[in-house]
Amino acid sequence: MASLKDLRNRIASVKSTRRITSAMKMVAAAKLRRAQEHAEAARPYAERMERMLSSLAATAAANPESAPPMLGGTGKDDTHLLVLISSDRGLCGGFNSYLIRDVNRRITQLEGAGKTVKLIVVGRKGVSAMRREAGSRLITGYEDLAKPMPAFDQASTVAEQITSMFEAGEFDVCTVIYNKFVSALEQVVTPLQLIPFSSGASAEASESSDGATYEFEPDEEEILAALLPRNLAVQVYRSMLESFASEQGARMTAMDNATRNAGDMIDSLSLVYNRTRQAAITSELIEIISGAEAL
Amino acid sequence: MADSFELELVSPESLILSETVEMVVVPGEEGDFGVLPGHAPVISNIRPGTLAVFEGGTVKQRFFLAGGFAEVTKERCTILAEGALLIEDIDRASVEQEVRDLREDVTSAADENERARAEMSLAVAEAKLHSVDAPSYSGGH
Repeated sequence: MASLKDLRNRIASVKSTRRITSAMKMVAAAKLRRAQEHAEAARPYAERMERMLSSLAATAAANPESAPPMLGGTGKDDTHLLVLISSDRGLCGGFNSYLIRDVNRRITQLEGAGKTVKLIVVGRKGVSAMRREAGSRLITGYEDLAKPMPAFDQASTVAEQITSMFEAGEFDVCTVIYNKFVSALEQVVTPLQLIPFSSGASAEASESSDGATYEFEPDEEEILAALLPRNLAVQVYRSMLESFASEQGARMTAMDNATRNAGDMIDSLSLVYNRTRQAAITSELIEIISGAEAL
Repeated sequence: MADSFELELVSPESLILSETVEMVVVPGEEGDFGVLPGHAPVISNIRPGTLAVFEGGTVKQRFFLAGGFAEVTKERCTILAEGALLIEDIDRASVEQEVRDLREDVTSAADENERARAEMSLAVAEAKLHSVDAPSYSGGH
Protein backbone atom coordinates (compact mmCIF):
# COMPACT_ATOMS: atom_id res chain seq x y z
CA MET A 1 0.00 0.00 0.00
CA ALA A 2 1.16 3.50 -0.84
CA SER A 3 2.61 5.42 2.05
CA LEU A 4 0.98 8.55 3.42
CA LYS A 5 3.69 10.70 1.90
CA ASP A 6 3.18 9.21 -1.56
CA LEU A 7 -0.54 9.83 -1.33
CA ARG A 8 0.00 13.41 -0.24
CA ASN A 9 2.27 13.99 -3.22
CA ARG A 10 -0.23 12.47 -5.64
CA ILE A 11 -3.02 14.64 -4.32
CA ALA A 12 -0.86 17.74 -4.61
CA SER A 13 0.11 16.95 -8.18
CA VAL A 14 -3.46 16.20 -9.29
CA LYS A 15 -4.54 19.45 -7.66
CA SER A 16 -2.01 21.45 -9.63
CA THR A 17 -3.09 19.68 -12.83
CA ARG A 18 -6.64 20.64 -12.07
CA ARG A 19 -5.60 24.24 -11.64
CA ILE A 20 -3.97 24.19 -15.07
CA THR A 21 -6.87 22.53 -16.87
CA SER A 22 -9.38 24.86 -15.31
CA ALA A 23 -7.28 27.88 -16.30
CA MET A 24 -7.07 26.52 -19.86
CA LYS A 25 -10.82 26.11 -19.86
CA MET A 26 -11.31 29.74 -18.89
CA VAL A 27 -8.88 30.91 -21.56
CA ALA A 28 -10.59 28.77 -24.20
CA ALA A 29 -13.97 30.16 -23.16
CA ALA A 30 -12.73 33.73 -23.53
CA LYS A 31 -11.12 32.98 -26.89
CA LEU A 32 -14.24 31.21 -28.06
CA ARG A 33 -16.29 34.31 -27.46
CA ARG A 34 -13.87 36.43 -29.46
CA ALA A 35 -13.68 33.83 -32.20
CA GLN A 36 -17.44 33.81 -32.50
CA GLU A 37 -17.51 37.59 -32.75
CA HIS A 38 -14.94 37.48 -35.53
CA ALA A 39 -16.81 34.77 -37.37
CA GLU A 40 -19.98 36.84 -37.20
CA ALA A 41 -18.22 40.02 -38.32
CA ALA A 42 -16.86 38.22 -41.37
CA ARG A 43 -20.21 36.87 -42.40
CA PRO A 44 -21.66 39.94 -44.22
CA TYR A 45 -18.72 40.10 -46.62
CA ALA A 46 -18.90 36.42 -47.47
CA GLU A 47 -22.65 36.59 -47.97
CA ARG A 48 -22.48 39.58 -50.30
CA MET A 49 -19.60 38.06 -52.18
CA GLU A 50 -21.63 34.94 -52.67
CA ARG A 51 -24.64 36.93 -53.85
CA MET A 52 -22.54 38.83 -56.36
CA LEU A 53 -20.80 35.71 -57.56
CA SER A 54 -24.04 33.82 -57.92
CA SER A 55 -25.54 36.47 -60.14
CA LEU A 56 -22.36 36.45 -62.21
CA ALA A 57 -22.37 32.67 -62.34
CA ALA A 58 -25.95 32.71 -63.55
CA THR A 59 -24.95 34.95 -66.45
CA ALA A 60 -21.84 32.94 -67.17
CA ALA A 61 -23.82 29.69 -67.14
CA ALA A 62 -25.64 30.95 -70.22
CA ASN A 63 -22.52 30.33 -72.29
CA PRO A 64 -20.44 27.67 -70.56
CA GLU A 65 -17.87 27.77 -73.36
CA SER A 66 -16.35 31.05 -72.28
CA ALA A 67 -16.79 30.57 -68.53
CA PRO A 68 -13.47 30.59 -66.71
CA PRO A 69 -12.35 27.14 -65.56
CA MET A 70 -12.29 28.21 -61.93
CA LEU A 71 -16.04 28.63 -62.10
CA GLY A 72 -16.99 25.67 -64.22
CA GLY A 73 -14.11 23.32 -63.49
CA THR A 74 -11.58 21.84 -65.89
CA GLY A 75 -14.02 19.25 -67.08
CA LYS A 76 -12.02 16.48 -65.39
CA ASP A 77 -11.83 15.25 -61.84
CA ASP A 78 -8.59 13.26 -61.91
CA THR A 79 -6.60 15.18 -59.33
CA HIS A 80 -8.13 16.27 -56.08
CA LEU A 81 -6.63 18.93 -53.87
CA LEU A 82 -7.72 18.66 -50.26
CA VAL A 83 -7.15 21.67 -48.03
CA LEU A 84 -7.16 20.57 -44.45
CA ILE A 85 -7.67 23.10 -41.67
CA SER A 86 -6.45 21.85 -38.30
CA SER A 87 -5.14 23.52 -35.15
CA ASP A 88 -1.65 24.54 -34.07
CA ARG A 89 -2.15 23.45 -30.50
CA GLY A 90 -3.21 20.16 -29.02
CA LEU A 91 -5.21 19.45 -25.88
CA CYS A 92 -8.50 19.98 -27.62
CA GLY A 93 -10.12 16.57 -27.43
CA GLY A 94 -10.98 14.84 -30.65
CA PHE A 95 -10.75 18.04 -32.70
CA ASN A 96 -7.78 17.06 -34.86
CA SER A 97 -8.16 13.30 -34.74
CA TYR A 98 -11.70 13.37 -36.16
CA LEU A 99 -10.52 15.66 -38.92
CA ILE A 100 -7.53 13.50 -39.78
CA ARG A 101 -9.58 10.33 -39.71
CA ASP A 102 -12.05 11.88 -42.11
CA VAL A 103 -9.30 13.00 -44.47
CA ASN A 104 -7.65 9.60 -44.41
CA ARG A 105 -10.96 8.01 -45.29
CA ARG A 106 -11.38 10.45 -48.17
CA ILE A 107 -7.88 9.76 -49.45
CA THR A 108 -8.47 6.00 -49.43
CA GLN A 109 -11.79 6.46 -51.15
CA LEU A 110 -10.47 8.79 -53.85
CA GLU A 111 -7.38 6.73 -54.52
CA GLY A 112 -9.53 3.59 -54.60
CA ALA A 113 -11.41 5.27 -57.46
CA GLY A 114 -8.12 5.87 -59.29
CA LYS A 115 -7.76 9.59 -58.53
CA THR A 116 -4.64 11.42 -57.46
CA VAL A 117 -4.76 13.25 -54.15
CA LYS A 118 -2.76 16.29 -53.12
CA LEU A 119 -2.85 17.95 -49.75
CA ILE A 120 -2.40 21.43 -48.33
CA VAL A 121 -2.54 21.46 -44.56
CA VAL A 122 -3.03 24.42 -42.24
CA GLY A 123 -2.14 23.93 -38.57
CA ARG A 124 0.80 22.22 -36.95
CA LYS A 125 -1.15 19.24 -35.62
CA GLY A 126 -2.51 18.40 -39.04
CA VAL A 127 0.87 18.94 -40.70
CA SER A 128 2.69 16.52 -38.43
CA ALA A 129 -0.04 13.89 -38.72
CA MET A 130 -0.17 14.16 -42.50
CA ARG A 131 3.59 14.16 -42.89
CA ARG A 132 3.55 10.86 -41.06
CA GLU A 133 0.57 9.29 -42.77
CA ALA A 134 0.25 10.82 -46.21
CA GLY A 135 3.93 11.46 -46.96
CA SER A 136 4.48 12.69 -50.48
CA ARG A 137 0.88 13.73 -51.03
CA LEU A 138 1.50 16.68 -48.74
CA ILE A 139 2.34 19.70 -50.92
CA THR A 140 2.55 22.45 -48.31
CA GLY A 141 1.99 22.68 -44.60
CA TYR A 142 1.25 26.03 -42.96
CA GLU A 143 2.11 26.30 -39.29
CA ASP A 144 1.37 29.06 -36.81
CA LEU A 145 -0.86 30.80 -39.33
CA ALA A 146 -3.66 31.57 -36.92
CA LYS A 147 -1.84 33.60 -34.33
CA PRO A 148 -3.43 35.04 -32.30
CA MET A 149 -6.47 35.00 -34.58
CA PRO A 150 -6.83 33.92 -38.19
CA ALA A 151 -6.45 37.09 -40.26
CA PHE A 152 -7.53 37.68 -43.81
CA ASP A 153 -3.98 38.17 -45.09
CA GLN A 154 -3.02 34.72 -43.95
CA ALA A 155 -6.02 33.19 -45.62
CA SER A 156 -5.04 35.01 -48.82
CA THR A 157 -1.60 33.41 -48.70
CA VAL A 158 -3.21 29.99 -48.75
CA ALA A 159 -5.69 31.06 -51.41
CA GLU A 160 -2.91 32.47 -53.60
CA GLN A 161 -1.17 29.15 -53.54
CA ILE A 162 -4.38 27.35 -54.48
CA THR A 163 -4.93 29.82 -57.33
CA SER A 164 -1.43 29.48 -58.73
CA MET A 165 -1.56 25.69 -58.48
CA PHE A 166 -4.86 25.71 -60.30
CA GLU A 167 -3.53 27.98 -63.03
CA ALA A 168 -0.59 25.63 -63.43
CA GLY A 169 -3.09 22.81 -63.92
CA GLU A 170 -1.93 20.85 -60.91
CA PHE A 171 -5.41 19.79 -59.81
CA ASP A 172 -9.00 19.67 -61.01
CA VAL A 173 -11.13 19.73 -57.90
CA CYS A 174 -10.41 21.62 -54.69
CA THR A 175 -12.14 20.90 -51.41
CA VAL A 176 -11.57 22.47 -48.01
CA ILE A 177 -12.11 20.20 -45.03
CA TYR A 178 -12.60 21.90 -41.67
CA ASN A 179 -14.43 21.63 -38.39
CA LYS A 180 -17.66 23.55 -38.66
CA PHE A 181 -18.75 25.28 -35.50
CA VAL A 182 -22.18 24.13 -34.37
CA SER A 183 -21.95 24.89 -30.67
CA ALA A 184 -19.30 24.86 -27.96
CA LEU A 185 -20.10 21.18 -27.48
CA GLU A 186 -20.41 20.14 -31.08
CA GLN A 187 -18.10 20.48 -34.07
CA VAL A 188 -18.74 18.76 -37.35
CA VAL A 189 -16.09 17.87 -39.92
CA THR A 190 -17.37 19.53 -43.08
CA PRO A 191 -16.16 19.48 -46.68
CA LEU A 192 -16.56 22.66 -48.73
CA GLN A 193 -15.95 22.49 -52.46
CA LEU A 194 -14.15 25.56 -53.80
CA ILE A 195 -13.33 24.59 -57.36
CA PRO A 196 -15.42 24.19 -59.41
CA PHE A 197 -17.60 26.80 -57.75
CA SER A 198 -20.82 25.23 -56.54
CA SER A 199 -23.41 27.92 -56.15
CA GLY A 200 -25.88 26.66 -53.62
CA ALA A 201 -27.45 30.07 -53.28
CA SER A 202 -27.87 30.91 -56.94
CA ALA A 203 -31.63 30.40 -57.06
CA GLU A 204 -32.11 32.63 -54.07
CA ALA A 205 -29.72 35.24 -55.41
CA SER A 206 -31.42 35.64 -58.75
CA GLU A 207 -34.62 36.28 -56.85
CA SER A 208 -33.14 38.94 -54.63
CA SER A 209 -31.65 40.85 -57.52
CA ASP A 210 -35.13 41.16 -59.07
CA GLY A 211 -33.97 39.36 -62.16
CA ALA A 212 -32.05 42.51 -63.06
CA THR A 213 -29.37 42.13 -65.68
CA TYR A 214 -26.16 43.77 -64.66
CA GLU A 215 -23.88 45.90 -66.67
CA PHE A 216 -20.25 45.05 -66.16
CA GLU A 217 -17.36 47.39 -65.88
CA PRO A 218 -14.81 46.81 -67.39
CA ASP A 219 -16.38 43.51 -68.53
CA GLU A 220 -17.72 40.30 -67.16
CA GLU A 221 -14.66 38.18 -67.78
CA GLU A 222 -12.29 40.58 -66.08
CA ILE A 223 -14.51 40.91 -63.07
CA LEU A 224 -14.83 37.16 -62.79
CA ALA A 225 -11.07 36.82 -63.12
CA ALA A 226 -10.63 39.14 -60.15
CA LEU A 227 -13.61 37.96 -58.17
CA LEU A 228 -12.99 34.22 -58.25
CA PRO A 229 -9.56 34.19 -56.54
CA ARG A 230 -10.96 36.73 -54.11
CA ASN A 231 -13.86 34.44 -53.34
CA LEU A 232 -11.39 31.63 -52.74
CA ALA A 233 -9.60 33.70 -50.12
CA VAL A 234 -12.90 34.60 -48.48
CA GLN A 235 -13.99 30.99 -48.29
CA VAL A 236 -10.63 29.90 -46.88
CA TYR A 237 -10.81 32.74 -44.37
CA ARG A 238 -14.30 31.77 -43.36
CA SER A 239 -13.38 28.14 -42.82
CA MET A 240 -10.31 29.17 -40.84
CA LEU A 241 -12.46 31.29 -38.56
CA GLU A 242 -14.99 28.50 -38.14
CA SER A 243 -12.22 26.07 -37.43
CA PHE A 244 -10.70 28.42 -34.87
CA ALA A 245 -14.00 28.80 -33.05
CA SER A 246 -14.46 25.03 -33.14
CA GLU A 247 -10.99 24.50 -31.75
CA GLN A 248 -11.70 26.74 -28.79
CA GLY A 249 -15.04 25.03 -28.23
CA ALA A 250 -13.43 21.60 -28.37
CA ARG A 251 -10.68 22.68 -26.01
CA MET A 252 -13.16 24.15 -23.57
CA THR A 253 -15.13 20.91 -23.47
CA ALA A 254 -12.01 18.77 -23.19
CA MET A 255 -10.57 20.89 -20.39
CA ASP A 256 -13.90 20.93 -18.60
CA ASN A 257 -13.88 17.12 -18.62
CA ALA A 258 -10.29 17.02 -17.48
CA THR A 259 -11.04 19.38 -14.59
CA ARG A 260 -13.96 17.25 -13.54
CA ASN A 261 -11.91 14.05 -13.76
CA ALA A 262 -9.16 15.61 -11.69
CA GLY A 263 -11.76 16.56 -9.07
CA ASP A 264 -13.05 12.97 -8.94
CA MET A 265 -9.54 11.68 -8.64
CA ILE A 266 -8.73 14.07 -5.80
CA ASP A 267 -11.88 12.91 -3.97
CA SER A 268 -11.02 9.24 -4.21
CA LEU A 269 -7.35 9.84 -3.36
CA SER A 270 -8.36 11.87 -0.30
CA LEU A 271 -10.60 9.01 0.80
CA VAL A 272 -7.72 6.53 0.51
CA TYR A 273 -5.43 9.00 2.28
CA ASN A 274 -7.80 9.45 5.23
CA ARG A 275 -8.38 5.72 5.55
CA THR A 276 -4.68 5.01 5.53
CA ARG A 277 -4.06 7.72 8.09
CA GLN A 278 -6.77 6.37 10.39
CA ALA A 279 -5.48 2.83 9.99
CA ALA A 280 -2.03 4.01 11.00
CA ILE A 281 -3.41 5.80 14.08
CA THR A 282 -5.47 2.76 15.06
CA SER A 283 -2.52 0.42 14.81
CA GLU A 284 -0.38 2.83 16.85
CA LEU A 285 -3.07 2.94 19.55
CA ILE A 286 -3.31 -0.87 19.61
CA GLU A 287 0.44 -1.05 20.05
CA ILE A 288 0.36 1.38 22.99
CA ILE A 289 -2.61 -0.32 24.68
CA SER A 290 -1.22 -3.83 24.28
CA GLY A 291 2.16 -2.54 25.54
CA ALA A 292 0.44 -1.06 28.63
CA GLU A 293 -1.49 -4.28 29.23
CA ALA A 294 1.69 -6.32 29.12
CA LEU A 295 3.12 -4.42 32.10
CA MET B 1 -38.37 58.26 -57.20
CA ALA B 2 -36.90 57.70 -53.80
CA ASP B 3 -34.25 60.26 -52.91
CA SER B 4 -32.01 57.90 -50.96
CA PHE B 5 -30.75 54.32 -51.11
CA GLU B 6 -28.92 51.75 -49.01
CA LEU B 7 -25.14 51.82 -48.97
CA GLU B 8 -23.23 48.90 -47.52
CA LEU B 9 -19.48 48.98 -47.17
CA VAL B 10 -18.05 45.64 -46.10
CA SER B 11 -14.49 44.44 -45.66
CA PRO B 12 -13.52 40.81 -45.09
CA GLU B 13 -13.16 41.50 -41.38
CA SER B 14 -16.34 43.44 -40.73
CA LEU B 15 -19.33 45.43 -41.89
CA ILE B 16 -17.99 48.98 -41.89
CA LEU B 17 -20.97 51.01 -42.94
CA SER B 18 -24.61 50.27 -43.57
CA GLU B 19 -26.82 53.28 -43.94
CA THR B 20 -29.16 55.28 -46.12
CA VAL B 21 -27.39 57.84 -48.29
CA GLU B 22 -28.21 60.24 -51.12
CA MET B 23 -25.23 59.70 -53.34
CA VAL B 24 -21.89 57.96 -53.41
CA VAL B 25 -18.96 58.34 -55.77
CA VAL B 26 -17.21 55.04 -56.38
CA PRO B 27 -13.66 54.78 -57.73
CA GLY B 28 -14.42 52.32 -60.55
CA GLU B 29 -11.63 50.71 -62.52
CA GLU B 30 -12.52 52.73 -65.58
CA GLY B 31 -13.10 55.98 -63.73
CA ASP B 32 -15.11 57.32 -60.83
CA PHE B 33 -18.83 56.97 -61.10
CA GLY B 34 -21.56 58.52 -59.05
CA VAL B 35 -24.44 56.42 -57.83
CA LEU B 36 -27.84 57.97 -57.24
CA PRO B 37 -31.07 56.20 -56.30
CA GLY B 38 -32.44 54.16 -59.18
CA HIS B 39 -29.05 53.59 -60.79
CA ALA B 40 -28.93 50.87 -63.44
CA PRO B 41 -27.57 47.56 -62.10
CA VAL B 42 -23.79 47.49 -62.44
CA ILE B 43 -21.01 45.30 -61.17
CA SER B 44 -17.63 46.98 -61.30
CA ASN B 45 -14.06 46.45 -60.17
CA ILE B 46 -12.67 49.11 -57.88
CA ARG B 47 -9.26 50.70 -58.29
CA PRO B 48 -7.37 52.14 -55.31
CA GLY B 49 -9.04 55.47 -54.64
CA THR B 50 -11.54 57.49 -52.68
CA LEU B 51 -15.11 56.51 -51.95
CA ALA B 52 -17.13 59.62 -51.18
CA VAL B 53 -20.46 59.45 -49.37
CA PHE B 54 -22.77 62.42 -49.93
CA GLU B 55 -25.56 63.68 -47.79
CA GLY B 56 -27.44 66.95 -48.12
CA GLY B 57 -25.39 67.90 -51.16
CA THR B 58 -22.01 67.71 -49.43
CA VAL B 59 -19.46 65.03 -48.71
CA LYS B 60 -20.21 63.45 -45.37
CA GLN B 61 -17.56 60.75 -45.25
CA ARG B 62 -14.64 59.73 -47.37
CA PHE B 63 -13.01 56.31 -47.37
CA PHE B 64 -9.85 55.10 -48.97
CA LEU B 65 -10.34 51.76 -50.74
CA ALA B 66 -7.37 49.63 -51.74
CA GLY B 67 -9.48 47.69 -54.20
CA GLY B 68 -12.53 45.50 -54.34
CA PHE B 69 -15.86 45.28 -56.11
CA ALA B 70 -19.03 47.32 -56.24
CA GLU B 71 -22.49 45.96 -56.91
CA VAL B 72 -25.17 48.50 -57.67
CA THR B 73 -28.87 47.78 -57.99
CA LYS B 74 -31.81 50.17 -58.08
CA GLU B 75 -32.24 50.34 -54.32
CA ARG B 76 -28.85 49.25 -53.03
CA CYS B 77 -25.14 49.77 -53.43
CA THR B 78 -22.80 47.18 -51.98
CA ILE B 79 -19.06 47.78 -51.82
CA LEU B 80 -16.86 44.77 -51.15
CA ALA B 81 -13.71 46.59 -50.14
CA GLU B 82 -10.27 45.09 -49.80
CA GLY B 83 -8.90 47.56 -47.32
CA ALA B 84 -11.14 50.41 -46.30
CA LEU B 85 -9.93 53.29 -44.14
CA LEU B 86 -11.69 56.44 -43.10
CA ILE B 87 -9.58 59.18 -44.68
CA GLU B 88 -9.53 61.28 -41.50
CA ASP B 89 -7.90 58.33 -39.73
CA ILE B 90 -4.99 58.04 -42.14
CA ASP B 91 -1.73 59.45 -40.87
CA ARG B 92 -0.08 61.29 -43.75
CA ALA B 93 3.47 60.93 -42.43
CA SER B 94 3.23 57.16 -42.10
CA VAL B 95 1.85 56.86 -45.63
CA GLU B 96 4.77 58.93 -46.93
CA GLN B 97 7.12 56.60 -45.12
CA GLU B 98 5.32 53.62 -46.63
CA VAL B 99 5.71 55.07 -50.13
CA ARG B 100 9.43 55.68 -49.55
CA ASP B 101 9.94 52.16 -48.22
CA LEU B 102 8.10 50.60 -51.12
CA ARG B 103 10.07 52.65 -53.68
CA GLU B 104 13.18 51.15 -52.16
CA ASP B 105 11.66 47.68 -52.30
CA VAL B 106 10.91 48.14 -56.00
CA THR B 107 14.51 49.07 -56.80
CA SER B 108 16.02 46.41 -54.58
CA ALA B 109 13.63 43.60 -55.61
CA ALA B 110 15.53 40.40 -56.34
CA ASP B 111 13.27 38.88 -58.99
CA GLU B 112 10.35 39.69 -61.28
CA ASN B 113 7.65 38.43 -58.92
CA GLU B 114 8.94 40.37 -55.98
CA ARG B 115 9.19 43.53 -58.03
CA ALA B 116 5.67 43.14 -59.39
CA ARG B 117 4.35 42.69 -55.88
CA ALA B 118 6.23 45.72 -54.56
CA GLU B 119 5.03 47.81 -57.49
CA MET B 120 1.45 46.86 -56.77
CA SER B 121 1.77 47.83 -53.11
CA LEU B 122 3.45 51.05 -54.17
CA ALA B 123 0.57 51.94 -56.47
CA VAL B 124 -1.86 51.42 -53.60
CA ALA B 125 0.24 53.50 -51.22
CA GLU B 126 0.58 56.31 -53.76
CA ALA B 127 -3.14 56.30 -54.37
CA LYS B 128 -3.63 56.50 -50.62
CA LEU B 129 -1.38 59.53 -50.42
CA HIS B 130 -3.27 61.10 -53.29
CA SER B 131 -6.59 60.49 -51.54
CA VAL B 132 -5.33 62.12 -48.37
CA ASP B 133 -4.11 65.18 -50.26
CA ALA B 134 -7.09 65.60 -52.56
CA PRO B 135 -9.48 68.34 -51.48
CA SER B 136 -12.82 66.97 -50.40
CA TYR B 137 -14.82 68.09 -53.39
CA SER B 138 -18.36 69.19 -52.73
CA GLY B 139 -19.91 69.39 -56.16
CA GLY B 140 -19.42 66.12 -57.94
CA HIS B 141 -21.97 65.38 -60.58
